[in-house]
Amino acid sequence: MKNVRAILCTWAALLMLLALTIGASFAPLGPVLPFVSYSIAIAKTALIVWLFMEMKTRDGLERLAFATGFVWLFFLFTLTFVDELTRSWIGH
Amino acid sequence: MAEARAVQPQFPTLERQNDADHLGMLIFLATEVLIFGGLFAAAFTLRIEHSAQYAMASRAMHYWLGGINTAVLLTSSALVALMVEAVRAGRARLAGWLLGGAIALGLVFLGVKVTEYAIEYRDGVVPKLSAANLHGGPHELFMELYFAGTGLHALHVTIGLCLLGSLLWPFGRARRDRTAVLAGNAALYWHLVDIVWVFLYPTLYLAR
Amino acid sequence: MSQAPTQMNQRMSQQAIPNTAEERRSYLAEGHSLRSWLLTTDHKRIAILFLIAITFFFLCGGIAAALIRFELLTPTPDLLSNDGYNRTFSLHGIIMVWFFLIPSIPTTFGNFLVPMMIGARDLAFPRLNLLSWYIFVLGGLFTLVTVVAGGVDTGWTFYTPFSSTYSNSAVFWAITAVFVSGFSSILTGINFIVTVHKLRCPGMTWGRLPLFVWAIYTTSMIFVLATPVLTITLLLVALERVFGLGIFDPALGGDPLLFQHLFWFYSHPAVYIMVLPAMGVVSELITNAAHKQIFGYWFVAGSAIAIGVIGFMVWGHHMFVSGQSPYASAIFSFLSILVAVPSAIKVYNWTATLHKGEIVIDGPLLYAVGFIGLFTIGGLTGLMLAMLTIDVHVTDTYFVVAHFHFIMVGGSVSAFFGALHFWWPKITGRLYNDLWARLAALLIFFGFVMTFAPQFIMGYEGMPRRYHFYPPEFQPLMVMSSIGASVLACGYVLPAIYLFWSLRYGKPAGPNPWGATGLEWTTASPPPKDNFETTPLVDKPAYCYPPIGEAGEPAAQQAEDGDG
Repeated sequence: MKNVRAILCTWAALLMLLALTIGASFAPLGPVLPFVSYSIAIAKTALIVWLFMEMKTRDGLERLAFATGFVWLFFLFTLTFVDELTRSWIGH
Repeated sequence: MAEARAVQPQFPTLERQNDADHLGMLIFLATEVLIFGGLFAAAFTLRIEHSAQYAMASRAMHYWLGGINTAVLLTSSALVALMVEAVRAGRARLAGWLLGGAIALGLVFLGVKVTEYAIEYRDGVVPKLSAANLHGGPHELFMELYFAGTGLHALHVTIGLCLLGSLLWPFGRARRDRTAVLAGNAALYWHLVDIVWVFLYPTLYLAR
Repeated sequence: MSQAPTQMNQRMSQQAIPNTAEERRSYLAEGHSLRSWLLTTDHKRIAILFLIAITFFFLCGGIAAALIRFELLTPTPDLLSNDGYNRTFSLHGIIMVWFFLIPSIPTTFGNFLVPMMIGARDLAFPRLNLLSWYIFVLGGLFTLVTVVAGGVDTGWTFYTPFSSTYSNSAVFWAITAVFVSGFSSILTGINFIVTVHKLRCPGMTWGRLPLFVWAIYTTSMIFVLATPVLTITLLLVALERVFGLGIFDPALGGDPLLFQHLFWFYSHPAVYIMVLPAMGVVSELITNAAHKQIFGYWFVAGSAIAIGVIGFMVWGHHMFVSGQSPYASAIFSFLSILVAVPSAIKVYNWTATLHKGEIVIDGPLLYAVGFIGLFTIGGLTGLMLAMLTIDVHVTDTYFVVAHFHFIMVGGSVSAFFGALHFWWPKITGRLYNDLWARLAALLIFFGFVMTFAPQFIMGYEGMPRRYHFYPPEFQPLMVMSSIGASVLACGYVLPAIYLFWSLRYGKPAGPNPWGATGLEWTTASPPPKDNFETTPLVDKPAYCYPPIGEAGEPAAQQAEDGDG
């Protein structure tokens, strides 16, 4: 069987990232915590997508197809947050 | 003994059909990403607008139960990835065992979830049903998002378990297809379920 | 192989013509039982199943519209109570948007033509296609349940907290109907995208695709990316209705604008779902009517993609007066103005295509030109609405109502009728009387303008939407609008009559009655079940009409010495 080592190494890395994210939530990071948490989550997702879902061996079309969902979420989040974060700027 | 799937008449080759099946599954998974995305938008909105209460509510969550569940799901995903490799290598029986392990872990996930819900009921933080310890609107809203989000995720876990289980029965012959089309698609769905949880966990449990 | 358009008086026969040889060999002859239709996986039959379903819903939505226009003949309520009026316009909107317009062109002409236009035997996932129809029908059944349960009074926009907390109408059933129909959209979208990527025949490169296929592809992209967000949003409202889970409840600290962000993230791209396929149809109709290559193929294809992408970033223009941050509103305003550019490019390119073309003025052309004119007016008023200062003045007035009806009805429905007339000979194998077609097109155009142009004026002068009380000074314009609606209705009913008549009395169309390019015109009318005798081989771009002034047949895309 190919790729067994890659899969097991990925699994180990994922568990380490899990420990890291739990630990980070106890650190006094304040407003930086969400950025750290989501960066770790993105890293985990990247590992799952690239190695478990085998995007590493797939063609550009398939990578684009799956990535598009996340890109569109980025549109949704960004413009919604622009509204929610700037409402108070006008002196409510 | 490899078993290839039949080519449907609209496809010129089997390879093209397999590519189409794979692409179709990935596009479907993109839609699932967007479904959960809406839930996350609601959670982020609550976090932006009521950050103190959101953090307080998150601190009351049982992060260790959620953490165990995350580890369970990540391991299950790894087993599923190994299963696909086994199918490609022609080792259908090994693939069957790996599937069994992955499904068992998935059931553990659901078991832990149910236990956690029961604990929350006892703790009095369940909106409408057992709300004695809910402090304020945003706390209640947080718990509603928690139940909606983890509930929808649990539904997807269940669907994923059915898809994986179908590779044991009645589509056991899919494990003998060395191009691993059906097995691969079921695996993709399971990995998506995992990815959703990877984001749900810090969003709900670790937002201190 | 192609023939010049048949003389008008030679298209109909005095006696009924029984089944022709082509019809006996076609997809229509593959089984006549109900089972053969309800269990079909043939994309052409599924297209017809969808056509029947959406026509039924067009009728339902039209009845609601008739009630509205009748009610508005006088300044005070006559037929309907306040609550009854709310339910009527809500049902009109829900049915017309989700059960007519959104599926209309993609599931009928998209389903029928996309495989043929790319030289394929069927879509990538035929059984999924049938499932999509059944899911749509299930959604439709829930709509009927909604009507029986007394209807819904929230407007098609379901704004919270009214829909989630305070409304006493059948919100849950209406939401379920729309929720279910969303899955139909998603499956259709996946099917078209995979089909266009994986089933193009040899030689059919992206640059040789008919523009209709580009339009359907972009529409499918929107189906797939926008609909899921509606799905979760409606699910959350349903949870609130049923279990009291107050995600959108302001009393708990819920953001009232959150619903609107999530709803419009879908519903704005949804209007592009409604207009892009119509634009694809118009590209086909205009090139055929002018018998000329499209002007600026890549600009037209690229602007479809641009509309599809930028269209996802403009949704906040529905929320300018809802309490959205003015900074966000400014960004949305800018992007909304930007999205008009690719639409304008298409209009310029269609016009340039017509310029110096050998134009035949028949039904399909009139519908296409009607689209261009009415869409342009609708689009210009859309630009006005994109500007914050104007929008604040005309929000929630008839100005907005007129704007979107110009695009969706003046535009998309006209294009739908154009498509129906253009491809009817291909779908049924019969010609129809073009005189009636032109008459219907004119009735539709003038009826439409008479219905909706007064609404721009009324809206600008302050007439609110969704009201059935109004100041008496608006009555003349209201009456004009209602009379126009009657003319429009006649225009819509007329084709049903002469098109059905043509099924028996129309002369056989032959493979290519219009002399058009495109692979669908190289096969019999109606087509055989597998579309082509052998897989086509393409070696020419789309719309290879001969240069003007030169004699000769337009070159079909299919290679002459290929397998075709």
